[in-house]
Amino acid sequence: MTSASEHLDPALRVEALASLLIERGLLDEATVETFVKTYEQSVGPMNGAKVVAKAWTDPDYRARLLADGTAAIGELGFKGPQGEHIVVLENTPAVHHVVVCTLCSCYPWPVLGLPPSWYKDPAYRSRVVREPRQVLREFGLDLDDGVEIRVHDSSSEVRYMVLPERPDGTEHLSEAELADLVTRDAMVGVAQVTAP
Amino acid sequence: MDGIHDVGGMHGFGHVEPLTDAPPFAEPWEGKAFVIGALSARIAGGNLHAMRHGIERVPPSEYLAGYWNRWTIGAQLMMEDSGIVTEEEVRARAARLSGQDVPEPPPPAPHKPQMATGGAGNLRSRDTPPAFAVGDLVRVAEHDHPGHTRLPRYVRRRTGTVTALQPCQVFPDTAAHFVGEDPQHCYTVEFDSRELWGSNAEPFRLSIDLYEPYLEPAR
Repeated sequence: MTSASEHLDPALRVEALASLLIERGLLDEATVETFVKTYEQSVGPMNGAKVVAKAWTDPDYRARLLADGTAAIGELGFKGPQGEHIVVLENTPAVHHVVVCTLCSCYPWPVLGLPPSWYKDPAYRSRVVREPRQVLREFGLDLDDGVEIRVHDSSSEVRYMVLPERPDGTEHLSEAELADLVTRDAMVGVAQVTAP
Repeated sequence: MDGIHDVGGMHGFGHVEPLTDAPPFAEPWEGKAFVIGALSARIAGGNLHAMRHGIERVPPSEYLAGYWNRWTIGAQLMMEDSGIVTEEEVRARAARLSGQDVPEPPPPAPHKPQMATGGAGNLRSRDTPPAFAVGDLVRVAEHDHPGHTRLPRYVRRRTGTVTALQPCQVFPDTAAHFVGEDPQHCYTVEFDSRELWGSNAEPFRLSIDLYEPYLEPAR
């Protein structure tokens, strides 16, 4: 047996903890499977992409989305944990928004699912509030000097999602085709959407 | 608390990880870790804020040893506080799962916290009106206790402008310790990067959501 200060392999810790909780009737395999399947298949950035594509093609929806993100996102059926109050930030040619949670990894689950590894990593969390332009450049997004950067630290239960700019040359695309172009990274603000 | 979790503005973590389309769980145990953490507040009779405080109390070396590692240990700490499991039990069970024939210690006696709650979620109302309005200049307070807070180090003692009123919410600083929900008004406060990082800072604006007790009028 390892001593309490020694690092225990996390996979083994999870197995041990899960087996104790299951034994005590506090957890069951079916619940685990349901949760995992939900966040692997139904709750992810494809939801946010639908919101963005609708905002790009329906000016009334766009206005509602920017005025009350939670309600407009709820219109498409997206709600749930980590989505009690969602604010949508509109990127424009002059202003670029980017979202972080420096204290943990708060993220708008109903529209983006669970956060990717880089979002939870201390490098992103420490640096994007101090040198966002440099961080965006490392991600491959080189913004013009004239573009104003606004960083949003998700420190309360308010969650933020970026409405990226619709790329030029996509006028002929349907809402569903547009949704296919929208990436998770663009909805966090570390990338832009590009035309196919 | 001034812990390893409060990384905003720290140096030394190197390059950001590359962007990928990786699935949420790289391996099955990560999915199981997620579910344990997601259900831990219910299992322990705790709440989201106590769970976050658990993660903050993970020793720095463990905190930095991967996201699902700190997430699991944080959830376990909250469960330990409620007498659901002990570290000794987890270690013994891990040893047995690895084929070692070690005795298992007896389980602890559960003692879940009891705190009145205003319902599901964290949005609440408050009788007193907000102390600040959009456009007000505010100074962020100091923070001087080892308990949970959502006031990161890098904005303390800085001056910014209120740009939005957010919904009134459960106050994490009290709820994490089961003292009470004590709902607070919450404000988006915007800072010029030079106020945070000095005159040579990259030009940008930073917004952060701060609860009313974290703020005082700027003079």
